Amino acid sequence: MTTFPLADDDLPTRSASITAHDLSLSFPLFHGGARSLKKSLFGKAKKTIQKNPARTGGEVGLAPGETGVLEVRALSNLTFSIASGERIGLIGHNGAGKTTLLRVLGGIFDTPPEHLTVHGNVVSLIDTGSGMNRELTGRENIMLHARHRGLTSAQQRQLEEDVEQFANLGHFLNLPVRLYSSGMAVRLGFGLATAISPQILLMDEWFMAGDAQFQASAKERLSSVVKNAEILVITSHNLPILLEWCTRIIWLEGGRIKMDGPTEEVIKTYQTSVTEELGE
Amino acid sequence: MAFVKKIPFFTEEFHHHAVILRTLITFANRSLQSIFSHALPCPDNSSRTNIAVSSVNRLAMLRMTVSSGLQDKTPHTPAGDNRLEPALSTVIDKDASSCEQTRSKKKFQASRSALHDIHQGFKLWRLGTLLGWLDLKLQFRGSSVGPMWVTLSTLIMIGSMGLVYARLFHMNLQTYLPYLSISIILWRTGISDMLQNACTCFITAGSSVRAMRLPWTVQILRMLMRTTLSFGLTVIVPIGVYIWFGIVPGITALLVLPALFLWALNAFSCCMILGPLCARYRDVPPIISSAIQIAFYVTPVIWNASQLGARSRWLLLNPFYSLLEIVRGPLTGDLPSRSVWICAALISLTLWCIGFVTFARSRSRLAFWV
Repeated sequence: MTTFPLADDDLPTRSASITAHDLSLSFPLFHGGARSLKKSLFGKAKKTIQKNPARTGGEVGLAPGETGVLEVRALSNLTFSIASGERIGLIGHNGAGKTTLLRVLGGIFDTPPEHLTVHGNVVSLIDTGSGMNRELTGRENIMLHARHRGLTSAQQRQLEEDVEQFANLGHFLNLPVRLYSSGMAVRLGFGLATAISPQILLMDEWFMAGDAQFQASAKERLSSVVKNAEILVITSHNLPILLEWCTRIIWLEGGRIKMDGPTEEVIKTYQTSVTEELGE
Repeated sequence: MAFVKKIPFFTEEFHHHAVILRTLITFANRSLQSIFSHALPCPDNSSRTNIAVSSVNRLAMLRMTVSSGLQDKTPHTPAGDNRLEPALSTVIDKDASSCEQTRSKKKFQASRSALHDIHQGFKLWRLGTLLGWLDLKLQFRGSSVGPMWVTLSTLIMIGSMGLVYARLFHMNLQTYLPYLSISIILWRTGISDMLQNACTCFITAGSSVRAMRLPWTVQILRMLMRTTLSFGLTVIVPIGVYIWFGIVPGITALLVLPALFLWALNAFSCCMILGPLCARYRDVPPIISSAIQIAFYVTPVIWNASQLGARSRWLLLNPFYSLLEIVRGPLTGDLPSRSVWICAALISLTLWCIGFVTFARSRSRLAFWV
């Protein structure tokens, strides 16, 4: 696997770190017809909050200061810091805010600097598509990715060879991505995203897709990227993987940190709470 | 005497106008604030009015507690209340000013990060260019002529319109067709398509924006590139017309270059205004496209400004007129007057001011809107 130099402003200047202080994030809900939604959702949400604290999704409420706008509080008052060398796993229910937290750390959602500082260059594997245009061919998507990273044309060729070899798509590389099967798209997206070793790697759970042969080669490639990264943050429901890779687990529930500690400890508590819930 | 009589009348009228103006300004200010209040909330998540309300509530509560305390010992006197007043008003002032401070700090931060976004975007200009080119290519993927359809459709439009309107307006085809061909390509790609693309420049980028971090400026550059490319494809038609009639524009035609540069700057600022606005309010794009339809008829695109006679000076009120004229004038042989140039420059400046403020205030929330 080849490593590529990074664009000028991404050059690692100091060791990577992430510091969050009282970090909150709310989504405004504009396009769902706030007025009718307000009546139905607001009342319902309030009831469910009171009834069932371990629900899916963030709190739904009215945006303060602005009348009629509904908002979902996806993350509330998170405080944590991640130092270089740490491998973090995020666990929690569906909709607990794991992917949203990844997006915030990846800089996709803007947060004020006093609440979150991220040092080091970040690569996020959040969507399978990773920004691929499905109408374009695989090769064109590789070119786009190279431009996005600010690679020179020589490096671009190198990237193309590397990805071509890994994804092993044959002639399909010259066809539009929309014709790919989902497994093929994952191969290409995965190959692209893992071709460049970042300081901070943020990863959502989709990387488990693909056939057995792919899984084996993916794991090998991924572990080399993970090894090179200073900080890893992954979300997964696959507890053995988390046990194998992570040094620390943050357990999110309803956008808040429920537990934050060493891997075995948190996973044990998490498992007992899940079995308790199932038992009820 | 008449003079003296006139003064109070004048001042009264003046005062009246001033009041109307002030109301309008406050109204505009309020509506702008309410539009973007979500973009820049106060740190404690309450708007300025809320602060005032909460302070007033606190004041009322304090007054109640103090007066009830006073009532225990002595009968309540207005004097006691008065002594309390200054202390309470400083509470309000302090609240308001601290909120004002954080607000201005936020504004400063927002404009700095907007500038940073523009800077980062221009660093990635190669990506923006590639995206724009791929957009155009994709639009015609599978067709045998490809992007040349842009040229062909323009040719057909100009040919048919030229024949019909030259008859209608009793114009000489040799003078009318060059004028029309330039007007049409400027209007179609430079204004109509540009404005509509500006509306959707952020909305269409939604999926890639949520997948990875990209400066918003890249999307603007992408749209600029797409428009420039299709402009390049349509410009073939007027060149053909000029060659056909054997017209050679003089050296003054070079004035087109600064004018086109101004157009590119305007397109950029239009993206900064319409991009966030259309992402937030999905009713804006159809409104814009209907407005363009109306503007087409009231702007001298297919007709000539000289047809209006003396009334043509009112055309300066039409922002599209001066912008069209600074490009079209040098090519059709009548150089635009200085007032037209000044007008165009002022419009561009205004667009940039509005654009930057809109972009800076909405940038941090754009990811939620698209």
